[in-house]
Amino acid sequence: MAEAFIYDHVRTPRGRGKSDGALHEVSSLGLATTVLRAIKDRGDLDTALVDDVILGCVDPVGEAGGDIARAAALTADYGDHVPGVQINRFCASGLDAVNFAAAQVMAGQHELTIGGGVESMSRVGLGASGGAWPVDPAIAIKSYFMPQGVSADLIATKYGFSRDDVDAYAVLSQQRAAAAWSKGYFTQSLAPVRDVNGVTLLDRDEHMRPSTDMQSLAALKPAFAMMGEQGGFDAVAIDAHPDIERVVHVHHAGNSSGIVDGAGAVLVGSAEAGRSIEKKPRAKIRAFANIGSEPAMMLTGPVDVTKKVLARAGMNIGDIDLFEVNEAFASVVLRYLQAFDLDVEKLNVNGGAIAMGHPLGATGAMLLGTALDELERSGKTTALITLCIGAGMGTATIIERV
Amino acid sequence: MNLINFRFELDADGIALLTWDMAGRSMNVITPQVIDELEQVIDHVGAEAAITGCVITSGKQTFSGGADLSMLGAAAADYQTARQEKGEEEAARLFFESARRLSLVYRKLETCGKPFAAAINGVCLGGAFELALACHYRVVADDDKARVGLPEIKVGLFPGAGGTQRVARLMHTGDALQMLFKGEQIRPKAAKTMNLVHDVAPLGEIVGKAKAWIAAGGKGVAPWDENTFKLPSGKVFSPAGMMVWPAANAIYRRETHDNYPAAKAILHAVYEGLQLPMDLALRVEARWFAKILRSPEAAAMIRTLFVSMGELNKGARRPAHVSPAAIKRVGILGAGFMGAGIAYVTAGAGMEGVLIDRDQASADKGKAFCDQLISSQVLKGRAKGADKEALLGRIKTSADYNDLAGAELVIEAVFEDRTVKAEATRKARAAIGPDAIFASNTSTLPIGSLAEADSAPENFIGVHFFSPVEKMLLVEVILGAKTGDRALATALDYVRAIKKTPIVVNDARGFFANRCVGNYIREGHLMLLEGAPPAMIENIAKMAGMPVGPLALNDEVGLDLALKILEATKQDLGGAAIDLNQERLLKGLVVEHGRLGRKNGKGFYDYPSQGAKSLWPGLAALQPTKCDPDAIDIAEFKHRFLVVQALEAARAIEEGVVTDPREADVGSIIGFGFAPFTGGVLSYIDGMGAANFVVLCDRLRQTYGERFSPPQILIDMAKAHETFYGRFLDEARRVA
Ligand SMILES: CC(C)(COP(=O)(O)OP(=O)(O)OC[C@H]1O[C@@H](n2cnc3c(N)ncnc32)[C@H](O)[C@@H]1OP(=O)(O)O)[C@@H](O)C(=O)NCCC(=O)NCCS
Repeated sequence: MAEAFIYDHVRTPRGRGKSDGALHEVSSLGLATTVLRAIKDRGDLDTALVDDVILGCVDPVGEAGGDIARAAALTADYGDHVPGVQINRFCASGLDAVNFAAAQVMAGQHELTIGGGVESMSRVGLGASGGAWPVDPAIAIKSYFMPQGVSADLIATKYGFSRDDVDAYAVLSQQRAAAAWSKGYFTQSLAPVRDVNGVTLLDRDEHMRPSTDMQSLAALKPAFAMMGEQGGFDAVAIDAHPDIERVVHVHHAGNSSGIVDGAGAVLVGSAEAGRSIEKKPRAKIRAFANIGSEPAMMLTGPVDVTKKVLARAGMNIGDIDLFEVNEAFASVVLRYLQAFDLDVEKLNVNGGAIAMGHPLGATGAMLLGTALDELERSGKTTALITLCIGAGMGTATIIERV
Repeated sequence: MNLINFRFELDADGIALLTWDMAGRSMNVITPQVIDELEQVIDHVGAEAAITGCVITSGKQTFSGGADLSMLGAAAADYQTARQEKGEEEAARLFFESARRLSLVYRKLETCGKPFAAAINGVCLGGAFELALACHYRVVADDDKARVGLPEIKVGLFPGAGGTQRVARLMHTGDALQMLFKGEQIRPKAAKTMNLVHDVAPLGEIVGKAKAWIAAGGKGVAPWDENTFKLPSGKVFSPAGMMVWPAANAIYRRETHDNYPAAKAILHAVYEGLQLPMDLALRVEARWFAKILRSPEAAAMIRTLFVSMGELNKGARRPAHVSPAAIKRVGILGAGFMGAGIAYVTAGAGMEGVLIDRDQASADKGKAFCDQLISSQVLKGRAKGADKEALLGRIKTSADYNDLAGAELVIEAVFEDRTVKAEATRKARAAIGPDAIFASNTSTLPIGSLAEADSAPENFIGVHFFSPVEKMLLVEVILGAKTGDRALATALDYVRAIKKTPIVVNDARGFFANRCVGNYIREGHLMLLEGAPPAMIENIAKMAGMPVGPLALNDEVGLDLALKILEATKQDLGGAAIDLNQERLLKGLVVEHGRLGRKNGKGFYDYPSQGAKSLWPGLAALQPTKCDPDAIDIAEFKHRFLVVQALEAARAIEEGVVTDPREADVGSIIGFGFAPFTGGVLSYIDGMGAANFVVLCDRLRQTYGERFSPPQILIDMAKAHETFYGRFLDEARRVA
């Protein structure tokens, strides 16, 4: 089997996902074009060699619908010959896009493919694409559908994370993100978003609140309590996990992933392709895996998929130097740390989505890039990137510097 | 037209009046013949140019109660025959075709081109209200007794003749689902507010109003058949739909724990139907209807909650040779919570209640409680001020037993103590004379032994109410060895008068209901001792279909009472008759920790003065071990809860305490909420099959102990492939 290498990656900054966010005026296509163009321009990439563009997008409707990947390949001037495909595995779509790209290369069918993702949550809106899962009784009832936030609260209740625990983690995320930004760790891979005249619209992550502390978070009301009680979802949680007397709602705007706009892209190719584009591979994609997990808790998939991918790679948890676990909600990360008895110093060391936001379809690609940059900066070798996913799934990728 | 069930008249203006009036029945019901005749009328009205439109009304006091549910059993049997003869798929297809016949006829009415108007003169439920919904105009009589509604869900069915589709096109989806889930009977004005009917008018004017609507050019086209029609909540896949559907699915689970396929079918039919044009939507509804009609849950619920309950309410167990007792005056001894409740329901049924206690003040306290109850009814608009006056006027309070004179029936609800009861019995008997009936509301003491205090033991009987009396529908009527037929007939007539459902049981410790309940609670205690998280015990019990968890239920009853009963059993029958671990647990709670239950705010739960109860954290310390919740087999816990109760019912049948399976089933559902979707304690066993049940019991016995050991009767039934209904029902009917 051929090996798949990472040659480059970029991401946009993440704009606050509201109408006053700096990227609200930029279309989904504009965001996707920004990262594709950056990959092309900064590395002088000969796009004649690109076989495919795979982009994750979770709400691919309206401006983001109808295969935005092909549209972006054209607007980024990759040439008529570069096709594109849009995929959706909810929150992990961006990482899955990279994995799919790697799979094409490993299978020996493509030489050079871009995997990435895009989401303009401010323009398209979370849930805009609908779908059977929450709505159709055939699947909603069977899968114990709950809004993600209620599942996150269920995880906190079930595994004993108090409000203080989740808030403390949120503060850590903010502090780490602020520190990483101030030290310029993100700059090299950031593609600022500019207007048609080349004027910068955004060149930093807009969602961050570096001054966050326990006190400021304590003032926030649980965001999912009313939904859980009045919408009947707490009862669903209890039917799925009857050991719980009541769901303790601990998540709120300050310890949940931020709603933001952004895009990311990763250039993946064979060893041969690297020679053709005259680039040195930065890392190898060692293994990846997908899994379905208990759908009611929904967001514990990272634990299950980590076990699976480690087994596939013949590795132990101790072989991983660095973990990126998407901070969809604080309890997701705390459960991950608890399940593997991990040192928090190895995980999300430069902050995560609680501080910087989670542009759904793009995040996976961004996290992979963040992990690679940090491996290089700190001189470490192996990183594992994983995200929790709606409806109970997990995706994970192990990368190894070469 | 050849009409037997309807009268068809045409007036000078060309407006037809179709009066539904079935011979030999007090109420119209939908039968295959009714459906055929209705179709003839529709064809006729549609075809005759001289007919402008048609008003449908009823010749009875009520409009109609809907489909004849007893006919559904026959349909299921037809399906089984077809399955044998024609195979699975063909049988299913035929069944679907027959299940949608009514729906197709209604649709024909709706689309025949002529306007149809329903003049609803009284109660109009189920399939009959679906007929009205298919009409283009509905006017309902402004009458106190008139109600409309779709109560199918209460017997495990759902409205399958267009009800789900038309209701969901008349009101917002959330409201429609709620109406279909609740199955409530709706008063005329509320029905208008809900957009279910167009108008409310005095009874004498409804036919005129309906005719006038047609005469004024009322259109024979349903709103949803117009091009301009918009769904009240917009499309399913819309922001509004997103507000409704995820919560509707969740609330379904909250309310049913996914045990009621009919409720789920409502969700399916509405969700799928709202995305289709009407004809297809009706077809999809009918597919679900055909599926639900064949479900074991519907069969079990129809049998127990409709057929058997109706039979028991009509006096299935009443000795026919005794002429009806005209009860006008009832004495109630003891004005506590129970006695006062009995006085309340007695007076509520128009009888006079004489409420006696030690002193006048205690008796008055009982009446004050009745005042509270009726006042809250008035406040809720369920009774009028005058009703309250009349009801309270019928309750006399006194400390003098001589005031009982003239009572046809006396019910004793004094302290559960033999001496106290004996004295009350003697004093009452002296006042009422030998012919009046004396009933004891004891819950624990054998009736035969209490009757020894009575000089007329043939007129002594047990009448066991459940708490709270004004809410609980079951009454256990207990026969002592010497109880005579007149006592039984009087007790049953009384229970009927107060609109409760009686079951007749023979004299034994705990009678019937409390034996099952006791087992249920004990199972909860034992699970706690096994180390299951307390919340898990409570939640799984509810998931199994019980209304209240065993620990919460024990708190309601009182932990001290549970301990008392246990100690009494131990004293009477020896230590082997009780579970010593359970005794230790209860002693620890009651004696060491002073936790008596809800009454002192401390039981298995803590009861804060404000807010919801929560499980007492100290329970953890009473558990000798703890088990991993994720390793607990939920299905096994569910089985244990239902099996311990069903086993006790089987034992009660074996011992002859209960003789009629209908009574065990009805009693178990309305008495202690035994998982209604099973059809009751014995239907639960019959549904599984005695052989399977015995295998399950044996497995549980090996793991959890002898309390799961099946009685001989079950082993025999398993061998002979018998059911409780097959073995006992005919015999019960013959004796009665
Ligand atoms: C939790 C959630 C509902 C909050 O959304 P929101 O209410 O729009 O969030 P906002 O950004 O407006 O913040 C709400 C409040 O919290 C405050 N806040 C947010 N972060 C804060 C912080 N770190 N410190 C202090 N205050 C903070 C805001 O200032 C705002 O206060 P205000 O109401 O006084 O203006 C939303 O972030 C969410 O759903 N996140 C999860 C997304 C998701 O499900 N992704 C998929 C994962 S699988």
